[in-house]
Amino acid sequence: MRDSLLTVRDFSVVYDVDPPVEAVKNVTLELHRGEILGLAGESGCGKTTLAYGVQRLLKAPAVITSGSVVFHDSSGEDIEVDRLDAEQMRQFRWDKISMVFQGAMNALNPVATIGSQLEDVFEVHRPTMSRAERREAVVELLEIVKVGRQRRRSFPHELSGGMRQRVMIAMALALRPQLMIMDEPTTALDVLVQREILQQISQLRHEFGFTVVFITHDLPLLLEISDRIAIMREGEIVELDTAERIWTSPRDDYTKTLLSSFPRLTGERGVVVR
Amino acid sequence: MTVLEFDRVTKIYSVRGAGQIKALDDVSFTLTSGQTIGLVGQSGSGKSTIAKILTQLETPTSGQVRLDGEPIPRRGAGLRAYRQKLRMVFQDPFASLNPYHSVRYHLERPLRLDAVVPKAALEDEVRRLLERVRLEPETVIDRRPHELSGGQRQRVAIARALASRPLLLVADEPVSMLDVSIRLGVLNLLADLRREEGLGVLYITHDLATARHFSDEIMVLNQGRVVESGPADDVILRPQDPYTRELRAASPDPEKHFASVSGQHGGVL
Repeated sequence: MRDSLLTVRDFSVVYDVDPPVEAVKNVTLELHRGEILGLAGESGCGKTTLAYGVQRLLKAPAVITSGSVVFHDSSGEDIEVDRLDAEQMRQFRWDKISMVFQGAMNALNPVATIGSQLEDVFEVHRPTMSRAERREAVVELLEIVKVGRQRRRSFPHELSGGMRQRVMIAMALALRPQLMIMDEPTTALDVLVQREILQQISQLRHEFGFTVVFITHDLPLLLEISDRIAIMREGEIVELDTAERIWTSPRDDYTKTLLSSFPRLTGERGVVVR
Repeated sequence: MTVLEFDRVTKIYSVRGAGQIKALDDVSFTLTSGQTIGLVGQSGSGKSTIAKILTQLETPTSGQVRLDGEPIPRRGAGLRAYRQKLRMVFQDPFASLNPYHSVRYHLERPLRLDAVVPKAALEDEVRRLLERVRLEPETVIDRRPHELSGGQRQRVAIARALASRPLLLVADEPVSMLDVSIRLGVLNLLADLRREEGLGVLYITHDLATARHFSDEIMVLNQGRVVESGPADDVILRPQDPYTRELRAASPDPEKHFASVSGQHGGVL
């Protein structure tokens, strides 16, 4: 059995509105250390709610009604995420699990420079760092994601969509987390920029060895980049398997429907029928 | 048979501080009724500038656009008559429909403005339009946009475009904001309309796979220039231009991926 990074058991989230919406229903999931897990599904299927839920990022009316989340830290310690108090939770987030948010292109503060927003991360999570050390760390991050140090004084609107996305990735990378959750990180970008960003994520992963949960509705993209893929529908994971088996021998009808929603780029004209 | 000619069109924008930007550089193509042309290229390649010039929201710096041999009128009744013949479907069905108005209003308005049918026949025509886009008139006619799904909204937007009985449709990323499982449905609808009613469609997208699937011809735009054009399968399967090859290589293609890794998985990241 592979080394486990995150164990999610029987996890449920309900939006307590009238009538209540069961957004995530009894999800059980074992995330392997070092893998890329693709989480696919359509709007409203609960994929973002699940990702937020495991980090306790949900706000009312969302209520976690059942389940446990255990983070197997690289130190060997098992962290029960649901047992952390507010201060422990604050320290845990971003340090162990970071996130590249959906619509990241608009997730940056428009009236603060890139550099100061990246420095914030260190100011909050690494209070012992001096100002000079923080500056240095920010410069290093901007170089790592190939945005360049000279951009630390730029405001978000002065950067292209692809560059802003790189800044978001730099921010997620800042504390060298063990898990990075990416929620539709390339959806608003065109294919060429998307490919550049994917290659960058790949390099960073080789360099820093973090695990990735990649959330998107773009199944062809997931099939290329993921080790395993979880297909979500109406709050449930209907199928979870290696990318190759999802592609060659999907078992669930909904997985088959999703596959047949994408016309083929090459090969015979038409859609994939399984 | 309607023929739209885009003849050696160049569009230059003057931008303060950045000098002149050539958004389109000597672009020519012909769109005939019953034909779908896929227009592909990355952000900033000039795709939307073509749509703006076709709808006369922008005028070309040089070159000419002609419909059946006649240059597009710049203003007045002539321009209105032209716009009746060429309609747009926009990317975002959440933004392109007015949240205060019902589906009925959205479809009656172009019918009234262009006096397509006599007043007494409005209701029937609205119902007919809804049926054409495969919506059930009874269930949607009195609803407002927020009560409809994304796919239903885009169908209403298409019905609205069809109201003035156009000959040509310009569809700018018509499905990119929709859920994946309903995208093909909307694209199939456009394909049916083309087949059944001989509509000419300019399908603007950066999705090479659907461009291939739904277009007779594909035109690849890079920095305002047409770098490659031809039958869809030729352009996608046997691209000649380096930029087209780059676009194709960047597009997800599980088929090729699993053929090349044969047995291993997760090879790309």
